Amino acid sequence: MAKHVVAAVGDIPPGTRRLAQVNGRAIVVFNLGGEFFALNNRCPHRGGSLCQGRQTGLVESDGPGNYRYSRPGEIIRCPWHGWEFDIRTGQSWCDPTRVRARPYTVSVQPGTRLVAGPYVAETVPVSVENDYVVVEA
Amino acid sequence: MTGPLHAIDCDVHPTVPDMKALLPYLDDFWRETVEERGINSLETVTYPPNAPLTARAQWRGQHGRAATAASELTAQVCDRWQAGIAICNCLYGVGLLFSEDMAAAFTRALNDWVVKEWLDRDPRLRASIVVPMQNTEYAVDEIERCAKDRRFVQILVLAMQETPLGRRHLWPIYAAAERHGLPLGIHAGSSYRHSITSLGWPSYYIEDYASHTQAFQSQVASLVCEGVFAKYPGLKVVLLESGVTWLPGFLWRFSKFWRGVRSEVPWVDRSPAEIVRDHVRLTIQPFDAPGDPDQVERVIDHLRSDAILLYASDYPHWQFDGDETVPAGIPAALHRKILVENPLATYDRLRSS
Amino acid sequence: MNIEVRQPQLGAKARVGIFDCDIHPKSSLEDLRPYLSNRWWDYLQTYGQRQRHGYVKGFPYPKSQPLASRRDSWPPGGGLPASDLDFMRQQHLDFYGIEWGVMNPLSPTGQGEQNDELSAAMAFAANEYQLEGWNRRDPRLKASVVIPYENSEMSCAEIRKRAGDRRFAHVLFLSRTSELLGKRRYWPIFEAAVEAGLPIGVHVFGSSGRPMSSTGWPSFYIEEITEHSASLQASVASLIVEGVFERFPELKIVLIEAGFAWIPALGWRLDQNWKRMKDEVPHLKRAPSEYLREHFWVSTQPMEEAEDPDHVIDVMEWIGWDKILFASDYPHWDFDDPFLALPPSLSEERRNKIYSGNAKALYRFD
Repeated sequence: MAKHVVAAVGDIPPGTRRLAQVNGRAIVVFNLGGEFFALNNRCPHRGGSLCQGRQTGLVESDGPGNYRYSRPGEIIRCPWHGWEFDIRTGQSWCDPTRVRARPYTVSVQPGTRLVAGPYVAETVPVSVENDYVVVEA
Repeated sequence: MTGPLHAIDCDVHPTVPDMKALLPYLDDFWRETVEERGINSLETVTYPPNAPLTARAQWRGQHGRAATAASELTAQVCDRWQAGIAICNCLYGVGLLFSEDMAAAFTRALNDWVVKEWLDRDPRLRASIVVPMQNTEYAVDEIERCAKDRRFVQILVLAMQETPLGRRHLWPIYAAAERHGLPLGIHAGSSYRHSITSLGWPSYYIEDYASHTQAFQSQVASLVCEGVFAKYPGLKVVLLESGVTWLPGFLWRFSKFWRGVRSEVPWVDRSPAEIVRDHVRLTIQPFDAPGDPDQVERVIDHLRSDAILLYASDYPHWQFDGDETVPAGIPAALHRKILVENPLATYDRLRSS
Repeated sequence: MNIEVRQPQLGAKARVGIFDCDIHPKSSLEDLRPYLSNRWWDYLQTYGQRQRHGYVKGFPYPKSQPLASRRDSWPPGGGLPASDLDFMRQQHLDFYGIEWGVMNPLSPTGQGEQNDELSAAMAFAANEYQLEGWNRRDPRLKASVVIPYENSEMSCAEIRKRAGDRRFAHVLFLSRTSELLGKRRYWPIFEAAVEAGLPIGVHVFGSSGRPMSSTGWPSFYIEEITEHSASLQASVASLIVEGVFERFPELKIVLIEAGFAWIPALGWRLDQNWKRMKDEVPHLKRAPSEYLREHFWVSTQPMEEAEDPDHVIDVMEWIGWDKILFASDYPHWDFDDPFLALPPSLSEERRNKIYSGNAKALYRFD
């Protein structure tokens, strides 16, 4: 697996997401409150484009009639059939042990390291002043 | 108790000859009411008395009715078909009345009649408590009253009600059932609060009878979606006379939608198919089967559970010919489970009595 | 996010052209205006539609996503899902190589409207607009004959207007009719459809004016969408048992979006009871399952998903490989991607039948 620069940190403000092409794969990168996560854009159910889905919170329950809403923005729902995936882990909510959106490791690297280091820069021009989002894929 | 090989017949039907039979079990006021208002019969059109399905011709007595006496029923079900135990589900139409008080009184009388004329007459018989669904408090009262007699092993409701069965205003009934270790038995039939299909009244009895499977589908969906099994994890549900083969296809659709729409009912914490396999059982007659035994075996595969089927003859309804109580094509390896083990596992009171 | 990153699968161009039996183009009331009289236009502006449920807009079982549509189907240029033909081509028709699509407009069409005359006026307008606003601009899109099905006389008039017009694929009903479909009141419509050489398409939804199920009103949207298969079971049984196919041996019915896994079990149950109670229905000359086999087609969407995929193949086998028609349901959320919806183990021959062969034979577009 190689590391790929997909965006400058400033390109993906907190609460937003961005689609990137990495190694021929569509990967969606999320910024959750300053932390970055990346998932394969293709929904494991039937291939919907996750980046076009809605980010929402986690809906759980203490029992019938109770709706407990937490972690706003940390769940991505496929724009097609609505399957819910935990952005942090890729796990699906309907079948957490067997179904998940494939996650990728993401890190933030300062420009200085990227200019000098062996990372593959995709279409994102890198300058030493900025931090960059790097996906391992 | 059953011997090692004796089957448990989970669905047989005592026939009430007419309202006169219930008079001894009514108090003065209600006895007078029956006479004064000419309430002669509560037979329902779910089983038109002379329709072929309602009873095999050979079982009809001189008045054209079958199963009017315990001895008649046990001769067929227990002696000929070798059930060690048979569970009586009385379908007399007390569930169709609108007056809550009348319904409660007549239902009490019906349950008392079942005790006197059936349970007391043969130790092999058990019964379901007919529940007056017209009023939830009365329903709970009746469960509490009858549960004292441990020969009552289940509570019984008809498949078509005023609201889907999962609705929360009915939950005290399930609380009582769970408390007493009584499964909720849902039997084909209707209280006729609505047309018997969601699109109106069928012209012919054949489609009328076929329509009950639709009600079972709606009820299973309701019980799961409303969270009845989340709230009452000890509750079991038995679908009586449902037809069986509708279940797999229904679960596929239901579970598929759940995966996308889960957040509407987040207390449904696993696939509906899993919940149903854990909590719901089905009696095998009728078994809406293809003609081909290989296909039957495939259909059984689709159920994905060895534990889900319960033996029943559905006597005196005419669902099969001769003595073919277990449909051809059901693998022999499953027979003992269906005939004995699954019923025992489902009915707590059969194990402990 | 406007980036369309999904690429057609390799070999898509070599694939047989796809017949999509269920597309929902979205027209607006404004679109229909040229085809409505002032009387009915004014009426709609003032009193609006009333369709046997209580809301002016929206539904008492709210959908799980806005307009029940895929979130990525809102055109980037604005407008509602499936309102923009260019975007529909880009995202769906051209993307998948759809050779023919059958339009089943859901609103505004006036179907199920409490007022028969308004329903008929809107049906006419919806049909005119399907031709002018959609088919003329992209002849791949075939129209449905929208009818005010609760009034059979008015429905027949509309069907007869369209008879012989090869731009129409089938006559459209919604599934929640106020009576079971086999009832006599609908027979004149079947007669007109057969005369016109058109199948009947029955698409789920509508409002019957009765509770959502035979045991009252469920609470949840998930129950509503699950229940469609149950109500179609009732109508299919009705059509068969009432003897509609004895009276109209040429009649063909396409069941759209109701699922299909329930078909074999319904046939078995009806057969079982018919064997013992034939005397009730002397007008039936054959077993119910035979009528089921011969006169009904099913759309694939929403594709059945079983824990064991082989079980779905079993059911498809039992229904008959020639009775299954591909449908996408574009742009709805429970959409089936043509490339991915069918069980992967199907033979090329079967896939081709489902993608186009069966629909070609049924609709006879060429």
